[in-house]
Amino acid sequence: MIATKYEAVIGIECHVELKTKSKMFCACANEFGGEPNTKVCPVCLALPGALPVANKEAIEHMVVAGLAFGSEIPAFSKFDRKNYFYPDMPKNYQISQYDMPLTQGGVVRYWLDDGTVKECRLTRIHLEEDTGKSTHAGSGDGRIAGSSFSLIDFNRAGVPLMECVSEPDIRTADEAVGYLEALKRTFVQLGVSDVKMEEGSLRCDANVSIRPAGSTEYGTKTEIKNMNSFRSVHRAIQSEIARQIEVLESGGRIVQETRGWDEVAGTTHSMRSKEQAHDYRYFPDPDLVPIEVDAAAIERLRAALPSLPIARFERYHAGYGLDVKQATQLIDNLPLAEYFDRCVSASGNPQQSTNFVLGDLSRLANESGTPVHESPVTPEHLAELIALVESKTINSKIAKELLARMWNGEGSPKQIVEKEGLAQTSDAGAIEKFVADVLAANPDAVASYKAGKTNVLGFLTGQVMKASRGKANPALVQELLTRHLS
Amino acid sequence: MSSAKSAKIDVRYVAKLARIALTEEEVERFGAQLGDLLEHVNVLSELDTASVAATAQVVESRNVEREDVAGSCLDRETVLSMAPQRQGAFFRVPRIIAEAE
Amino acid sequence: MAEYVRWSAAQIARAVNAGEVSARQIADATLEHVDAVDDRIGAFLTRLHEPARAAADRVDARVRAGEKLPLAGVPVAVKDNMCLTGTRTTCGSKILENWISPYTGTAVQRIIDAGGIPIGKCNMDEFAMGSSCENSALGVTRNPYDLRRVPGGSSGGSAAAVAAFESAIGLGSDTGGSIREPGAFCNIVGFKPTYGRVSRYGLVAFASSLDQIGPLTRTVEDAALAYDAMAGHDPMDSTSIARPVDPTAGALRDDLRGVRVGIVKEFVTEKLGPEIHALYQRAYKELTDLGAELVEVSLPTADYGLATYYLIAPAECSSNLARFDGVRYGLRVDGPDVGQMYENTRAAGFGPEVKRRILIGTYALSSGYYDAYYVKAQKARTLFSQDFARAFERCDLIASPAASSPAFEFNAKSDPYSMYMMDYYTIPMSLAGLPALSVPCGWVQNMPMGLQLAAPLFEEARLLGAAHAYERATRHAGEGAVAV
Repeated sequence: MIATKYEAVIGIECHVELKTKSKMFCACANEFGGEPNTKVCPVCLALPGALPVANKEAIEHMVVAGLAFGSEIPAFSKFDRKNYFYPDMPKNYQISQYDMPLTQGGVVRYWLDDGTVKECRLTRIHLEEDTGKSTHAGSGDGRIAGSSFSLIDFNRAGVPLMECVSEPDIRTADEAVGYLEALKRTFVQLGVSDVKMEEGSLRCDANVSIRPAGSTEYGTKTEIKNMNSFRSVHRAIQSEIARQIEVLESGGRIVQETRGWDEVAGTTHSMRSKEQAHDYRYFPDPDLVPIEVDAAAIERLRAALPSLPIARFERYHAGYGLDVKQATQLIDNLPLAEYFDRCVSASGNPQQSTNFVLGDLSRLANESGTPVHESPVTPEHLAELIALVESKTINSKIAKELLARMWNGEGSPKQIVEKEGLAQTSDAGAIEKFVADVLAANPDAVASYKAGKTNVLGFLTGQVMKASRGKANPALVQELLTRHLS
Repeated sequence: MSSAKSAKIDVRYVAKLARIALTEEEVERFGAQLGDLLEHVNVLSELDTASVAATAQVVESRNVEREDVAGSCLDRETVLSMAPQRQGAFFRVPRIIAEAE
Repeated sequence: MAEYVRWSAAQIARAVNAGEVSARQIADATLEHVDAVDDRIGAFLTRLHEPARAAADRVDARVRAGEKLPLAGVPVAVKDNMCLTGTRTTCGSKILENWISPYTGTAVQRIIDAGGIPIGKCNMDEFAMGSSCENSALGVTRNPYDLRRVPGGSSGGSAAAVAAFESAIGLGSDTGGSIREPGAFCNIVGFKPTYGRVSRYGLVAFASSLDQIGPLTRTVEDAALAYDAMAGHDPMDSTSIARPVDPTAGALRDDLRGVRVGIVKEFVTEKLGPEIHALYQRAYKELTDLGAELVEVSLPTADYGLATYYLIAPAECSSNLARFDGVRYGLRVDGPDVGQMYENTRAAGFGPEVKRRILIGTYALSSGYYDAYYVKAQKARTLFSQDFARAFERCDLIASPAASSPAFEFNAKSDPYSMYMMDYYTIPMSLAGLPALSVPCGWVQNMPMGLQLAAPLFEEARLLGAAHAYERATRHAGEGAVAV
């Protein structure tokens, strides 16, 4: 394989809209959608004379995001203006952060489908403002190319945006998606963003280059844009790696350029600019003052950090032995994962907790439409149930029945068992009587068994269980039956 | 700053960045005037600022932030009535030359 | 003309609050006078007759309801770079010629809350860039003391309105001298507070780190009244200063005993010609007559002020004025694509001085020149603050000329740099953010001259107090008469 001769080097720049009530520099609502141009004010519309004032919550979200990845939160940070003209950017400069971002460094740890845990270093996460949205008309397909005019809605202009810039530590399309999923999960769980790609609240570009496997030099990179889903990120990166390999194998040379991903064609294409090189003329925004995040605030936020997805993954997968799918299923449903954690800590039995939470309970939740954590089954009650099964007080059949009754609000399984005498009996004397009765009532089966058809043992066991109203210890029943029949 | 001193201002490039169309006459005139002004500002090179911090704001202040509370916005008709060209609820602009073109 | 128009703001407020005259009567008299003289002066771009009468009626109602308003019924001429809901805010530019602001800026709102009556929007150099008002794209403003001469700038319309008794208070903005110089040219008081004292919210930005709103008035007392009404922290302006404001109206004094006034060694007045030199020597002497002690101080960076200013202000303006693009409001000159639309709009919408400054500012920020120009200028700016801090260890105030000459005739300054030189004495204070004012100090060629006084940061009360003493003792403003 030619592909194995090469290694890809990938870095990702990811824009994520922050979850706040108001925009970054004004009090307009930060909400997706709405009637066009209804969430605008003098500030976010860049009317003459309007001035920005930074949103405290957005800055705090940035610190939280940085702390989650172990980034440094510098004592001093500032806002800069990035100057360029674009019709959906009202001021024709974007308030961003150039050389003194709110977070620097850090590591994103993520996992792949095979359970491998990988790391990608972050360069920085900085805070900026989003642009409005342009709709391109006249090209037939809504694309900018060939359009004859554009319509602009400024509702999104000024929404707080964090830009996460990674180091080129990613090597495959799978890793790129794993990295992005880790960012997404982490931001959602921190409550700093909703990360809805379909609403454009996470958008990313990838820098891709290839080099001979084992080389430490970097090849010439291209920047891939227009990827609208994790799936398109995966496809675009694979396609671009393949293209670059083909170029090199055919004796060509990679050109440093921006390339657009075409979802329909499944290829990237050159977006060579006719405009002059960008000269953003960054300078400190004189309308805003610097930010100093004090150490006490950092410690307060650090202390309040929740358990992060990667920490859960390692606990579930490596610690409890859940498979990747199970672990991911829990991690992506935070209330369920928290429920699970409480159940594990109450029961001390991760395996049974997994079985019940992802099995019977999830089924009941699906059927009823009530999420597990909002059902009457508390994790503590579930742990009681697990303990009853563990101690062989009840068997799995009774356990299922009990769970259904608990779901209907009947409370503690222990109490139900005690009240109704459902405890499994291992009283050999009592079972002996059931066994004798069943054998007497089923002479044909006894004959079959003696003729060598030992599979009737199952039938007989079932009859004994039935006679005991399910309470008999099935193992003991089998043992006694075998003894009586031999 | 000696290198800046010898640099001649590329008025066309700067005007492109600033998005101002200039006539040939303006390129000439502004070129000369800006060249003169640069001569004047080049006196700054005489100042020793090696150990001087840059001033962004004369009155130092930090962490001026607003609470994250949503407030009222402008009425849409007021907003759109300002538009040089509107279409329905949108601002309309001539075609945007895509980078791809 | 009705005598009311000659009243000071303090007189008007006193009389209106006392019920001796209504705000409406003041407004009617004022508007009538505006109609009588402003065709010759050209101070106003927009006259707000009906809104002013309505505002006056509201003030009368508030006074009748028992409110005591510090500016009750006082006419205010607002520079046309300050937003006022429902009125044109043009900045003297074609690009905003027909733009109607949907909101009111903080300073103007505070004036209104204090009982002030905006009677019109005043002409100015386009986007406040200029020292003569000649850079307005929308009209000519003449100096009320000689109609062949400029009123100064950029707040020339506000200054001319106050000088010609068309308003008691003018609101101006000062970036490098744009209140003080027209104040001097028009024989009135022009006061620029400490940077950040008055909110910039609703002031169309020229250079954000330098712009400051302040009053133009015929008396120091009125400047104090207007300042007290406007000053103070505004949550809408991140750079507005949070510290409390000492009211200045109560700090006005009648002598300068115990005040050390610094005379800047580098500000050599001999080079301004013997007549002007003699005038300032007399002004300094008048300060000592009031009890002040003169001390020589040094501003080693004085000669670098223009260079520093003409990098920082254009750099900031190049970015601040990018929003005028024909997309959301204001002028649009169409083109085949959006990029050409921008270029056509801005080519047609901005005048030559604005273009020059945008170009030089864009250049100063562009790749490869940023450190050599913009950062260098920001560092030089630090030196100004340091120099002033050292100077103020030895003195309480600094006195100097406000401008290098009296008001000049139209078209007298053909090359940009000679116009920039008008601000030689005012720019250093702007760079350091200091409060400074110009107060009438005598006449040259039958035209008024201004004495600039500057104080340390936040010492507005000290500054206005001293200026009041000087004004009371010298009464130079009364030595001439307006031509209308």
